[in-house]
Amino acid sequence: MITTRTAVIQVENITKVYRMGNIEVPVLKGVSLAIRQGEMVAIMGPSGSGKSTLMNILGCLDRPTSGVYRLDGMEVNRLSDDQLAEIRNRKIGFVFQSFNLLPRTTAVANVELPLLYSGSKDKRKRALEAMARVGLAHRAHHHTNEISGGEQQRVAIARSLINNPSIIIADEPTGNLDTRTSEEIMAIFDELNRKEGITIVLVTHETDIARHARRIIHLRDGLIQREEGLGR
Amino acid sequence: MNPVEALKMALRALTSNKLRSSLTVLGIVIGVGAVIGLMSIGAGIQKTITEQVQSVGTNLIFVRPGAVNQQGVRSAQGSAATLTLQDAQAIAARVPEVVAVAPQVSFGGPVVAGSQNTFTQINGVTPEYFEALNYAVADGDAISQSNVDARSRVAVLGSLTTQTLFPDGDAVGQSISLSRMRFRVIGVLESKGSGGTGDDLVAVPLTTASQLQRGLTASGQTRVQNINVKVGDASQIAAAKEAIAVVLRDRHNVIGEDDFTVTSLDDLLKAFTQVTQIMSIFLGSIAGISLLVGGIGIMNIMLVSVTERIREIGIRKAVGAKRRDILAQFLFESVVLSLSGGVLGIAVGWLMSKGFSSFSSPTGQTTPVLITPDIIILAVSVAAGIGLFFGIYPASRAAKLDPIQALRYE
Repeated sequence: MITTRTAVIQVENITKVYRMGNIEVPVLKGVSLAIRQGEMVAIMGPSGSGKSTLMNILGCLDRPTSGVYRLDGMEVNRLSDDQLAEIRNRKIGFVFQSFNLLPRTTAVANVELPLLYSGSKDKRKRALEAMARVGLAHRAHHHTNEISGGEQQRVAIARSLINNPSIIIADEPTGNLDTRTSEEIMAIFDELNRKEGITIVLVTHETDIARHARRIIHLRDGLIQREEGLGR
Repeated sequence: MNPVEALKMALRALTSNKLRSSLTVLGIVIGVGAVIGLMSIGAGIQKTITEQVQSVGTNLIFVRPGAVNQQGVRSAQGSAATLTLQDAQAIAARVPEVVAVAPQVSFGGPVVAGSQNTFTQINGVTPEYFEALNYAVADGDAISQSNVDARSRVAVLGSLTTQTLFPDGDAVGQSISLSRMRFRVIGVLESKGSGGTGDDLVAVPLTTASQLQRGLTASGQTRVQNINVKVGDASQIAAAKEAIAVVLRDRHNVIGEDDFTVTSLDDLLKAFTQVTQIMSIFLGSIAGISLLVGGIGIMNIMLVSVTERIREIGIRKAVGAKRRDILAQFLFESVVLSLSGGVLGIAVGWLMSKGFSSFSSPTGQTTPVLITPDIIILAVSVAAGIGLFFGIYPASRAAKLDPIQALRYE
């Protein structure tokens, strides 16, 4: 089994209940999982299974209703909004299905964005380095609406890398891309994981994409249904 | 996030929608322009009045005859012919605060010099006149006591009158004619520099003027139209006015209502200052309303902008923007809008007041307008304040957005 010491993410029995008027809707009903340093894990499940909610909690965009979430050994489930913002800035990189880049802004400026909020120096230089890591240095000064979907997703990956996060959370990263481009994007994730040892959590409902991970966590109705290890 | 980056970000966001930003700025430009324009016009008018009054002197007292009351019909102030040369002499003798007493008769009339002529005020004066009313002689001599005693036909011209009658210069020694009598010009006065009001006159000896006017009372005393009294210091005005009134009541055997009035420029200045201040406040508040409307425009546009950029706010929050980062971003935008409106508004207000000063006078004489540093500081800080005040609500709405909902917003 996985030991606590090496776990980047450790979740113990977390629940999430949404309140709609007087009705309480439980979305997560007690999920426990651990993700080790350097792992690439996929979270799968049909819509309504709670995987988006789990992703939001893992990404520190939301807090669980109960349970404990430790990120890098730090309990984050009780932190304030601003403290969570700081954790997102320094420890988490997001890659979204719809890219979520700023429009009318150059690619490199998008990549720099997290540095703006961490008060870092050498922003431009570091942003260009991150773009080189995803093979997109030549598109740095193009506006985000002038480049293809695959290139936009690579800009988003470069942005997620820039603060050397503990973990990258990718929410359906290939959902808006064709098969060939999807493979290119997944190749980048594979390389980042294998060569640089970056921890990656993939949230997807596509089996082909999930197969890039070494472990698949199947979620159904707010509970972990089963775990699947891929011996690769 | 450091301020330079925040400023750059605000400028980038604002220039990405130039038309909208400039229309919003226009609201503030009009508001600030109106405030600056109207306030500087007000300040200019006040300055003009104050200068004119001070060019005559704030330590002056004017004694004028009262009104005639004939069969129940009351005529205008000054219509009675009750003041005499002897009254002036009595004031000089019996009021200790007095430095100079200058009785005067005056009437309007045509003045001719060669081919030039003008219609101006002719003042019959004594030598004290020049001291009392702060006139300095630029060339030649003033009216002397011997001129008065001898009823000489000599004249001293105001600077504007000199320019009119002797455009080629050198008036002293020339002759002019008043009421078909020839007068020799013995002196020319220096300009008072108050826009010409005190510079268009012809001064002749009081006795000569009184002869022209046939101005004798029934008892044979020389009638005067007013008595200008100069006191040593403006602080003595109240005491001197009271003393003058006592002397005149005694001499005129007044029972009941005085047949003269005693006023000072001091009173006049106070009244004018009050009027112009009320006017400035009134105009300023009208301009302030347009500034308020401009501020509401900023708030409106910022609210629209926040709604349009919910997704952007979500992205920024997801990558680590804190509440205060988002708050600062939108506040910077609204303050940049209002401050640039403020700076442009100062320029517009300046042009407006320049325009006013060149249109204001048909005689080609301009009313100066005054844009003082404190008006500018006031305008800039009010503009910045408006940006903050009307920007805080949209900005805090943006800052409070939930990142998950903001990211999902279409």
